[in-house]
Amino acid sequence: MISKREATLNYLILGVFAIIALFPLLGVLTSALTDPSESSASLTFPTSPHFENFLTAWNEGHFGTYMRSSVLVTVSVVVISSLLAVLAGYAFATMRFRGQSVLFYILLLGLMVPSEALIIPLYYDLRGVGLTDTYWALIFPQVAQSLAFCTFWMRSFFRGIPTSLIEAAKLDGATRWSVLWRILAPISRPALLTMAMLVFMWTWNEFLMPLVMITSENLRTAPLGLAFFQGQHTSQFSLLAAGATIVAAPVVIVYLFLQRHFIAGMLAGAVK
Amino acid sequence: MTTTTAVGARNDAPTAKKKKSRDRSERAAYLYLIPAYVVFGFFLLYPLLHGVWISLYDWDGLTPATWVGIGNYTDALSDPMLRKAFTHSAVLIVFYAVIPILLALLLTGVMTHATKLKRLSFFRVVIFLPQVVASVVVATTWTAIYAPDGVLNKALSLVGLEAVTRPWLGDFAWALPAVGLIGTWVEIGLCLVLFLAGVSQIEPELYEAARLDGAGAVREFFAVTLPGLRPQIAVAMTLTVVAGLKSFDLIFVATRGGPGTSTTVPGFEVYHRAFDLNQVGSACAVGILLTVVILIVTTLIQRIDPGERA
Repeated sequence: MISKREATLNYLILGVFAIIALFPLLGVLTSALTDPSESSASLTFPTSPHFENFLTAWNEGHFGTYMRSSVLVTVSVVVISSLLAVLAGYAFATMRFRGQSVLFYILLLGLMVPSEALIIPLYYDLRGVGLTDTYWALIFPQVAQSLAFCTFWMRSFFRGIPTSLIEAAKLDGATRWSVLWRILAPISRPALLTMAMLVFMWTWNEFLMPLVMITSENLRTAPLGLAFFQGQHTSQFSLLAAGATIVAAPVVIVYLFLQRHFIAGMLAGAVK
Repeated sequence: MTTTTAVGARNDAPTAKKKKSRDRSERAAYLYLIPAYVVFGFFLLYPLLHGVWISLYDWDGLTPATWVGIGNYTDALSDPMLRKAFTHSAVLIVFYAVIPILLALLLTGVMTHATKLKRLSFFRVVIFLPQVVASVVVATTWTAIYAPDGVLNKALSLVGLEAVTRPWLGDFAWALPAVGLIGTWVEIGLCLVLFLAGVSQIEPELYEAARLDGAGAVREFFAVTLPGLRPQIAVAMTLTVVAGLKSFDLIFVATRGGPGTSTTVPGFEVYHRAFDLNQVGSACAVGILLTVVILIVTTLIQRIDPGERA
């Protein structure tokens, strides 16, 4: 059986690692609340909370604009990726067709290719058709890079559904299309949620794509905006910290509410 | 499948009908796939192939390109700058992958010895948190910690190690390990959470059997825990090694490859060559080389776990 001392030791070890993980993030949060005149490039603790830093950072740093861009791009990517992946995953899971394995392996490639290898040709291709410095240049490449994972994800989920369920529906005269939307889509809601969360996180946190594709200030996404803001506000760390908090908050909040889905999804998704 | 010739004409009609319905079902499958493959083709496959094509040219992005064949690759492989970038990646892999995995394994070993922990979820949530924070935010945070008047230096002076303090990210010798430690901080939670999940899937009987055999904590770890975690170790290695090889965001925001070229990595070289030096062909070659390295490394890692073949 487990001794009390051993359990205490275990919690102690976990506690130390929890503190190591939390300390830098809490440092940013406390610095964001410090009086701007007292703040330095180090993490500081506020004598009294200065919530107005968030407002100052929001206005001075144009985070309102950046957050709007990020929301627009992220929502589009999540919706389009999910939709296309549901359709493709359905075909891979329930239908037989020529070239199935070849198409599958091509998709597998998408799981391996780093965006660093795609970004330069993508930039020249999209510039050639006048799409650089538009939201499209952020949305479609991101959808393409999410599709491999999302299609695998939906395929394996649909495969796990008993075929008898689908056959019963077909006997009742349901078409393929209505089987997908009336039967499979409703029961795949948890899987869809996990997938959407992961795509949301990847898209929201993406930095290289907006860095290369976007030149207009009003199209910058939140992480890109933060990088520029950092260049200008190294001396006023409380404002920079407030900006960093604003950029990180949406994903962290969603994570804290749905952490069970998040961790399970990342671990399961990684196994593929 | 061989019966058609023997049965002859009588079976023709149903076969044709069957074939027709198969054609129709195939066509339906393609209709479901087309939207995804159109986007995938235009925005991933085509750029990838185009990247390979550009990498065979000497091109500045503006004036006409000249064909150099594999010239960019041979140049890249003999370029000390690029070798340096890949060497830095190797160092980063130690910090991103080796240290987190070893530490997480050690912790898992300590924690699983005869123990079922309750209320793990709080720790799980907190320790995993660095994984979900945008890397720009992570880089900004750690830049502050490493700053000349940052927390690290303050803590060092506080314990009388004034002599050790330095601007960590501006120091030629220390910038790379300093960036690497940020990677350790990010990846350790992933590894620990992955391994703890793996341990919970190991049959409790195996632990009981080990204990009946009189195995101590160390023997138990090597006989039961470590073999049982093989799939999770393979996954952790794949994710962390790839993260270490890429690591563009962190480098770009924290050091921009500096000071000098002491923290440049292949991903940063791609950007730097294309947009600072106007060597677009060479930049694409570096991107393709990085992809090849990632493919080789992930394939090798998959071999650790015999159960993980696709």
